[in-house]
Amino acid sequence: MGTMSRKSLVTLFVLAALAILPPIFLWAGNAFYLDLATRLVILAIAAVSLNLILGYGGMASFGHAAFIGIGAYAVGIPAYHNTYGEFDLVASYNGMFQIFLAVGITAVFALITGVICLRTKGVYFIMITMAFAQMVFFMFVSLEVYGGDDGLVIDTRSEFPLINLDNPLHLYFLSFGSLVAAMLIVRTITRSQFGMVLQGSMGNDERLVSLGYNTFAYKLTAYVISGAMCGYAGALLGNFTTFISPEMMGWTRSGELMFMVILGGAGSTIGPVIGSALFVLVEELFSSYTIYWHLPFGIMLLAVVLFLRRGLLGVISGSGKNEGH
Amino acid sequence: MKKLTAVIAATLMAGIAGTALQAKEVKIGFVTTLTTGAAIIGKDQQNAANLAIEHMGGKMGDLDVNLIFADDGFKPETGKQATDKLVKQDDVDFVTGYIWSHVLLASRKSVLDAGKFLISANAGPSPIAGKLCHENFFSTSWQNDQTPMAMGEVLNQQGVKSLYIMSPNYAAGKNMVAGVERTFKGKILGKDFTKWPGQLDFSAELAKAKASGADGLFVFYPGKAGGAFIKQYQQAGMKDVMPLYTVFTVDGISLPKFQAGKLEGVLGSRITQHWDPTLDNPQNKRFVADFKTKHGTYPSFYASQAYDSMFLIKSAVEAVGGDLSNMDGMRAAMKSANYDSVRGKYTYGNNHMPIQNFYLREVVKDADGNWATKVIQTVFENHQDTYAKDCPLK
Amino acid sequence: MDFTLLFIQTINGLQLGLLLFLVASGLTLVFGILDFVNLAHGSLYMVGAFICASLTFIIGNFLWAIVISLPIIAFIGYLIERTIVQSLYTRNHLDHVLGTFGLILVLDTLAHLIWGPAGIAVPLPQWLDGRVELFEGVVVPTFRLLIIGTGLAVAAGLFWLVNYTRLGMLIRAGASNRTMVSALGIDIQLLFGLVFALGATLAGLAGMLISPITEASIGMGGEIIITAFVVIIIGGIGSIKGAFIAAIIVGLIDTLGRSFLDTLFKLVMSIEAAESSAPAVSAMLVYILMALILAFKPQGLFPPKVR
Repeated sequence: MGTMSRKSLVTLFVLAALAILPPIFLWAGNAFYLDLATRLVILAIAAVSLNLILGYGGMASFGHAAFIGIGAYAVGIPAYHNTYGEFDLVASYNGMFQIFLAVGITAVFALITGVICLRTKGVYFIMITMAFAQMVFFMFVSLEVYGGDDGLVIDTRSEFPLINLDNPLHLYFLSFGSLVAAMLIVRTITRSQFGMVLQGSMGNDERLVSLGYNTFAYKLTAYVISGAMCGYAGALLGNFTTFISPEMMGWTRSGELMFMVILGGAGSTIGPVIGSALFVLVEELFSSYTIYWHLPFGIMLLAVVLFLRRGLLGVISGSGKNEGH
Repeated sequence: MKKLTAVIAATLMAGIAGTALQAKEVKIGFVTTLTTGAAIIGKDQQNAANLAIEHMGGKMGDLDVNLIFADDGFKPETGKQATDKLVKQDDVDFVTGYIWSHVLLASRKSVLDAGKFLISANAGPSPIAGKLCHENFFSTSWQNDQTPMAMGEVLNQQGVKSLYIMSPNYAAGKNMVAGVERTFKGKILGKDFTKWPGQLDFSAELAKAKASGADGLFVFYPGKAGGAFIKQYQQAGMKDVMPLYTVFTVDGISLPKFQAGKLEGVLGSRITQHWDPTLDNPQNKRFVADFKTKHGTYPSFYASQAYDSMFLIKSAVEAVGGDLSNMDGMRAAMKSANYDSVRGKYTYGNNHMPIQNFYLREVVKDADGNWATKVIQTVFENHQDTYAKDCPLK
Repeated sequence: MDFTLLFIQTINGLQLGLLLFLVASGLTLVFGILDFVNLAHGSLYMVGAFICASLTFIIGNFLWAIVISLPIIAFIGYLIERTIVQSLYTRNHLDHVLGTFGLILVLDTLAHLIWGPAGIAVPLPQWLDGRVELFEGVVVPTFRLLIIGTGLAVAAGLFWLVNYTRLGMLIRAGASNRTMVSALGIDIQLLFGLVFALGATLAGLAGMLISPITEASIGMGGEIIITAFVVIIIGGIGSIKGAFIAAIIVGLIDTLGRSFLDTLFKLVMSIEAAESSAPAVSAMLVYILMALILAFKPQGLFPPKVR
């Protein structure tokens, strides 16, 4: 019984820490730690979006970084044309327009690839999502205009009324607010009837189909929502790094997103956030001590898999080990 | 829960502790590649920069030197993150290093927007020499196009009528090809841009080159791709059919490896460069001799530029008597290039790219039987890059 | 079209395909029989290359170095299976992916610590370093022919092993019914350990064979593992025959794409656009092929039999 309340407590604690600590870092003269927090929060949005399909739908996408990349280019390309001319149709610094592009294009991309990917299951699904991400990767590599392999520097960040993204605090709180919104959206979805069917399809697809549910449509819808949400995170990431390159959508990046979800605990709202926090912080901590930091980092990943079966959240919230999966 | 609290607390503490120390020192950030297969280049630069500090006795003027190395992981994004940290967290006065053009392009804004000096110790992508030039940017290397331009000139002199070109598909690769095309007067029979940095098997491209029947083969493959390329060139038996002309492919790092791997094909091959270990000036002799004693190999050109970058910074710090807030004074000092470079005397153009000599070098055995290079001729004297005219700086 | 060039490129593609097969066959065995997703398979390829490279310098002969390296890499594979992999069999594929990604980081960094970042160029014996003229105008490096020969021999050997030996029978039986095999008094743990070691050996052998061409270097595993996965997915997980056919197809597509795509593109677009987009599109071809095949055959060309 205590599990639920402890989980909520953890959620509140993590969100409170994310709301309070970063501004203190800035105030204490450590702008870099605010940067770190911004990166963390943006990646957490992507992880939350992946969790919607991975944790609640059993769809392990190994290509989610492609959505981040597309979202980031949806900021970079309009900004580029507004600065250097040509292609007036999209040229714009307007943040609303860029986010509309990011979300719209990733949703369409998710819809098209989803129809094909969802024909497969299990490890084939993992690999086909990876294949589509690699296609997008190489497509951007071949787009010489936007820097190809070398990437594109975003000279001007998205422009919004009232907020100024050049101010790191504004950018941080926009990202943080978006994270909270993303978590609420996922929570609402998973508690709705739609979410029940989605989670049911993970356990016993045939039974739901025989009950008359078109589980394919449910899964596809979730896949599109997840992709669009991840595209939104990409738009924020582009604004944060002010530099985008195909590297952002390489398969290792997709893998990292998956690890954040599993590390924190798939199938819970706060799990992916904890996972991304741990991932980003530990990476930063280890790499500042030694160039061989991949060694302890790899050992940590192994240890998590071998000994923490239910992700970090399972440990923190102390949810019973006897509890069935 | 406890663990998480501990992690956050540790980060918080580290963050606050960072601001406490403010000693009388000059802080230099050095961004280079310390992981992946390309780490060998980063290590060479690291060794050279440390040697430079040692030669200075750890001081620039009255100030102690605090040299902080950061890893770019061979990726633009990671390089930019490392740069951000140096600028924001360590609050360095100078950022130098940068092997890769795309890493430099991604990172330049972070350094320049923060009002710090950015000194490239290798990469020289065309935008930074032209449209994107900046008063606080300096280079101790070259603009990417220059070295292959010198090679194009050599090809003309040697009567090469047709050429096949291979290069990796990234910023520097395209600059290199543009450079050789600018000066080479013969016909270019084919070009291949290969996947970077993943592709190491060049069988298909070599077969195409061979089938093209060109007089010569021009390539640019830095780092480990260079070794792979040279091996396959030799295995394909191209040496007798199509002589090889390279830039930045054969260097002080790869030669000992080629020698161990018995890649005789590389002996006698020709490369162009602005520097050579045998250049006759006191600074270079000391650098090369001490580097060899300490690390057992010849320094590479990457190392020479890293070594120079430290002395360029020293000249700036000393010119303003250690007053690091005097940006104008330091800028003027660096602009005059008034320090002992291992390449000998050079000057800076309006875009702060070196105007310098380029030499033709040949791979030979040195007195001890080690594979090394020697200078055959001077190809260009006081050569300025072609993008300087696009740079609005005076 | 230049048919001599086409022929040479076909041989090059075949060689790349067979090398891919060596990596993919081990991966598909482990995946198909142990139901284990091993992302770290590429790291075993790298470790094999490094061990063989070091031994080449100690012994002075590349071929003997291979002979000695093979049991070493097999043992390393067995050790990894005993210590880490075996406790993951009961978990889902995601845990495999996460755990073996950690293993990649560990193995790559250990290689960095042991052999340094430089990479090792491996010298070949004189007789392998030359070229063979197959017929008029078609000259191929001898060593690439050796890779083709080895790849074909291994393919034949694996086919025989899995289909016509007692071990192969046990392997197939163990995959479909673990309890029954152990009831027969067979040590299933040992059997699985051996299969994993065999997979590691195949990956290691591929690494050893490529090192005289590209050198042994850190990160070489990450460059091949994804392609190897594409191969086994196209071929159908667990199918040696599928891996063989898919590897050859992927090798040919990659090589022929790199060779002729820019020429094709130049017919329809500007020379500059063709030059810069051709390499990327040729890299994309393999993934397009995979997506197409999965769209029509969701379990690859030779799907595993229902258990």
